[in-house]
This record gives sequence, structure tokens and C-alpha cells, in this order.
Amino acid sequence: MTHTSAQVSYLDDGHTLRSWLLTTDHKRIAILYIVAITFFFFAGGFAAFLIRYNLISPKGLIGSAETYNRLFSMHGILMVWFFLVPAVPVTLGNFLAPLMLGARDLAFPRLNLLSWYLFMAAGVVALYAVVGGGVDTGWTFYTPLTSFYSQGHVVAAVAAIFIAGFSSIATGLNFIVSIHKLRAPGMTWYKMPVFLWSLYATSVILVLATPVLAMTLLLLVFERLFGIGVFDPAIGGDPLLFQHLFWFYSHPAVYVMILPGFGVISEIIPAFSRKELFGYKFVVWASIAIAVIGFLVWGHHMFVAGASLYSALVFSLLSYMVAVPSAIKVFNWIGTMHNGYIRFDAPMLYAIGFIGLFATGGLTGLFLAALAADVHLTQTYFVVAHFHYVMVGGMVSAYFAGLHFWWPKMTGRLYPEMWGRAGAIIIFVGFNLTFFPQFLLGYLGMPRRYFAYPQHFEALNLLSSGGALILAVGYLLPLGYLTWSLFYGARASANPWGATGLEWTTPSPPPTENFAVTPIVTKAPYQYRRAEAVER
Amino acid sequence: MNDAAAQEFQFGSAEHQRETAISGIWLFLASEALFFGPIFLAWIFARHADPTAFDAGSRQTELMIGLTNTALLIASSFAYSVGLGYIGFGSRRGMAIWLAIAWLLGAAFIGLKFGVEWQMDFKKGLFPGPAFAIHGPARNGAQLFFAFYFFATALHGLHLVVGLGLVAWIIFRAERYTAERHSPVHVVGLYWSFIDIIWLILFPLIYLTGRAS
Repeated sequence: MTHTSAQVSYLDDGHTLRSWLLTTDHKRIAILYIVAITFFFFAGGFAAFLIRYNLISPKGLIGSAETYNRLFSMHGILMVWFFLVPAVPVTLGNFLAPLMLGARDLAFPRLNLLSWYLFMAAGVVALYAVVGGGVDTGWTFYTPLTSFYSQGHVVAAVAAIFIAGFSSIATGLNFIVSIHKLRAPGMTWYKMPVFLWSLYATSVILVLATPVLAMTLLLLVFERLFGIGVFDPAIGGDPLLFQHLFWFYSHPAVYVMILPGFGVISEIIPAFSRKELFGYKFVVWASIAIAVIGFLVWGHHMFVAGASLYSALVFSLLSYMVAVPSAIKVFNWIGTMHNGYIRFDAPMLYAIGFIGLFATGGLTGLFLAALAADVHLTQTYFVVAHFHYVMVGGMVSAYFAGLHFWWPKMTGRLYPEMWGRAGAIIIFVGFNLTFFPQFLLGYLGMPRRYFAYPQHFEALNLLSSGGALILAVGYLLPLGYLTWSLFYGARASANPWGATGLEWTTPSPPPTENFAVTPIVTKAPYQYRRAEAVER
Repeated sequence: MNDAAAQEFQFGSAEHQRETAISGIWLFLASEALFFGPIFLAWIFARHADPTAFDAGSRQTELMIGLTNTALLIASSFAYSVGLGYIGFGSRRGMAIWLAIAWLLGAAFIGLKFGVEWQMDFKKGLFPGPAFAIHGPARNGAQLFFAFYFFATALHGLHLVVGLGLVAWIIFRAERYTAERHSPVHVVGLYWSFIDIIWLILFPLIYLTGRAS
């Protein structure tokens, strides 16, 4: 490779479609992923919007319970596997991991491109399942409904998730090996940015939990196609076994969704507080602890499914334990902000919103980890609200925070700050209006996944649907002004936020080879000084 | 085309690239182990629920073919290791010959398993379904056993077929490898041996546990 091309921006290194579709540059692959992920986010969001539209009236406005079942299944499948699981790792992670490591690319660039193609293939199969009529099983695919009774495109939907899983495994493997082998000279483990640590923890789950889901889904398809299988109690199988195996992946998977968000927030809070991250080692090991304990709590999804009381006790205790590292993180972020020189730019607004929403989502999770409370709350809107507070309030906020924070680095353009702030506030308000009423609905006993409900739940449902409208506006805003900024935004300097980290030492947008000279790391991350001059 | 022996620009040295490739395949194999894990778990779980019926199914399997196949696979991995040793000394010819032997042994496994054993199983009416040959109280459990049997051996066979493709690919590109630079040979070898390890767990589950009781 020649060094003469070192200063050509990765965006200018080839303008043909081929130069994008056959690229092995991690930065371009990240952009390819952003386009795909954005599509699936709005497709899944549209389904959610129709769900809330239906629930405006107690009788259901869509008029068919079957259609409603297919809508929430599509919403769940698209959002979980085609947005939340991949979102931060494949976009921000792909773009930033080599930059933060001081490397020129990930360890296996071709595998990285392959993972995108697998993801797109999975997306096409998923869309086929949706357009072909959808599935009515929910995103959890419980047997025996899926294996014997469901009329929908179960096999296609399951195939899509199976393929997407291998895309996840490829991405996770690439990150783990890259973090082990491609750190710049001087970058010891404790000099790594927390974002890399959280990607590492995420990747461990992706590599070790996803294959379990893959096999579980294969067993499910076998049972559906041949009518004989391990989940059928008539011949000595057990449907509970499916739930065990499914949640062995799917509970760690919720940490796949949220851990990268923790990483993003841990980068942003110090940058906008002009302070070193409080308790770096605690934040780092909290990520690892969450990844490890996350493997041991799956049973809390089955408290009322007939699992033994003693196993439920253990799972309950372990579930409480996850709260400890999560709380450590929240306290450390607040500790970082304490006495800081705080600037309320859009990424920081999202990050502060994240802390509040994630804390709410996390604390309500404790209600569900408690055996007695769970019997009352399980399968109600309380669970829906808890999950969305963590996943949408937490994860999606973190994704937007990161997208705004690194947007100048990725595109070389500044987004309009006032619009950014407005978007963050609208999303925060819309989100709470949508989902807080659902805590109340759940507590009052409204079950989830029903397309009609008793009259006395109408007011709270109306509030929730109204909030969804605001939330939709909030999500469409960034789509508009970020796209606008690609063409008309002011040019960004190498380091518009005055942030630390190797990614800010290279031009915006970075050259194809990332660094003209391999950087040498001598300092710990987050060496911020108060009121340092910040030029944008 | 990218030359396998060429150094990619994200690595500091050829050694660096080699170490990275090896750690990548080990991690992939960890993932594969968890891929097969649920079959073993579900298998043991289901047998525990109805051991007599499971064993009745197990006794209908072809022990001699299973035994021969086990020997074939182990010999194949041995041959591959010898080939890897040869390229370590820089002998492309020695490597190609021993990898070809490994390939043939692997192909013989496939032929015996799916060309002979499965056919015998089908003839005996052992594929689960209405025509299943075992009747009486053991019928359900034995069907479940054969559901596992066909599912697991098909999946293992699929891995082996992928392995055959990879070994052929290495033989086809033998000219590119030298004593210093041959990490693809090493990487494929690890995968090739991994397929054996899966079989070494499947073999007793299929053929032995039912006969021991």
C-alpha cells in the first residue's frame, strides 16, 4: 500500500457504486450499515405507530386481532434483530473501533463486508416474511404456537433471524480479535476508551450467545417442517426447553442492545463535562460484570411458566445482582458531571436523557425480578414500559447521542445545533408521554399483545398514542436535518468538540488509512481540563 | 485477487497477521461449540425424560458403520496434521499429498454416512413420522431419538462438507504457502479437527448410550 493516498478522505476514495458495495474499509461499511439500519428503524417504527393507532379506541381501530398480532410481531422482530442488536456495534462500532484503537482497519476487513451482506440477506428474507403476510407469534416465537399452530411465515422469519445471527457473530468476532491484536503501541487495556470495553463485552455475548439461538431456531424449524421435535410434550419433549434456550440468548441479547449504549454515554459525559470519567476501572468492569451475569439470569422470563420455585429464587437473586454494575455506571456518570463544566449540546442532552430514562427502566426491572411482584406484573404493559424505557429511552437515545457526537467525524459536516437540541428534547418528552402511561396501565392490569381493551383504560392509552405522535416527529427531525447537513452543513474541523481520543486526532472525515502515522499512546483516556478552549 | 500470503495493511508484520488469524479461528470455534451445545443439551434432557424408549431407538443404529466412520475421521485429522507438519518444513508436495488423503477420508465418511447408513435407516423405517417402524410404548421416545439423530448427523455432515471444500481450496492453492507463511493451512486444520470433536460427542450419544444399558 502506498502512503501517498493517506490524506484522501475515505468518502473521496472512489465514487462508484462498486467502490461502496465491494469496500472493505470499516468506515464505508459503517455507512452502508447506517443506511440499512435507518431503513429498518423506520419500518419497525411504522409498525409501532400503527399499534398505537389501533389502541386509540378500546375496540381497536384496525379491526382485526390477527392483523394486530402480525403488526406487533413485525415491530418486535425488526426492532430487536434489525435495529437494536446491531445498531451501535455495526455503525458507530465499525466506524470507531479501529480509529479508537489507532489501527488502520479491523482485523478481518473482508469478514466485515461479509457480515453486511449477511445482514442485508437476512433483511430481504425478513421483508419477504412481512410482505408475504407476516407472522403472528410475537418476536419470542414460543412453541407450540410456532411449531404447530401459527399460520404465518414462521420459517421465513426464523430464517431471517438465523442469517442475521451469523452477521452478529462475524461482527463480534472481528471486534474481539481487533481489540486484542490491533491496539496502537502504548494502548494498554486500561488506556482504552470505555466505548471499546463495552464493544468488547457486547462482542463476547454476540459470539457466545447467538449460536445458541441459531440452533434453537433450527430445532424449531425442524419441528415445524417434520411435525416431530424436541419441544413437543406429546412425544416426550418440552416447550419449556424452548423458552430456556431462547432466553439463554435473548436475555444476554438485551445487554448486547444496551452495553454499547453505556459505552457511547461514557464517551460523551466526560467530553461535555470537561472532566475525566469518574471511576474508569469501575465503569469498565461493570460492563464485563453485566456481560457475565447477563448469561445467568435468563430464567426470570419464566417465573410463571412452570419453572421450579427453587430455580426461580436463584434467578431472581441473580437478576437483582445485574442491578449492581448498572447502578455503578449511573453513579459514575453523575459523579463525572458533578462539578463539571457542562455544555448542553445535542449529544449531551441525549446523554442526560439517557441516564434518567435508563435509570427508570432499570429500577422498574427490579419490580419484575421480584418473584411476587412479577406474578402480578408479568405479561402486562408494565413489562412493555420497562423494556421500552431501557431499549428506546436508553438504547435509542444513546444511539442518537453517539450519532450526533461522531457525525462531524463520520461525514466531515456539522449538523445544525439548535435543531439537534430541539430533536433531543422532543424525543424525551414524546418518549415519556408514550411510555409512562404504560407503567400505570400495566400496574392496573392491562395485558400486553391485546388489540382491544376495557373502556376504563382509554384515557391512558390515548395519552400514550398522543405521545407516540410526538415521538414520531422527534425521530423524523434528525432524519431531516442530518440529511440536510450532508449537503449544506458547515465543514467540521478534526476535533469540533475538543474531545480526547485517537479518533479526534485524525481529519474529519478520516483518510482511508485512518492515520498517516501510527499513533503512540502515552496518556490515559479522558484527560480533560476544565474550560479548555473549544473551537468548532 | 488478494494473495493469502500477502500482508494486509492493518498488521505490523506477517507474524502479527498470523497470530491474529489463529486467534480468530479459535474464537469462531468457541462460537461453533455453543452452536452445537443446545443439541447435546436437549438430547441429554430428552433421554433423561424417557431413557428406555431412547435406548430402544439407539439400538437400531448401525454400530459398525458408526465405528468405521469414527476411525475415518480420526485418521483424517491425523493425515491433516501430518500435512501441516510438511508445510512447516516447506514441503508443498508433502502437504498436498497428506491433505488429499485427509480429504478422501472425510469424503469416505460422507459417503458411508449418507450413501449407506442413512439409506439403511430409511429402509428400516426409522425416519420419524406415521410410517415409523418402532411400535409399542417406546414409539414416541424412539421417534424423538431419531429426530435428533437425523437432525444432528445432517448438521454435522454439512459442516464436514464445508470442511471438504476448505481442504480442497487449500490443496488447490498449495503453491502459495511456504514454511513461514501458511496460516490458512493452520486455520482450516483447526476447523477440520473441530468437526471431529463434534463427532466424538455425537458418536456415544448415537451408538453407545443405548447399548450400554
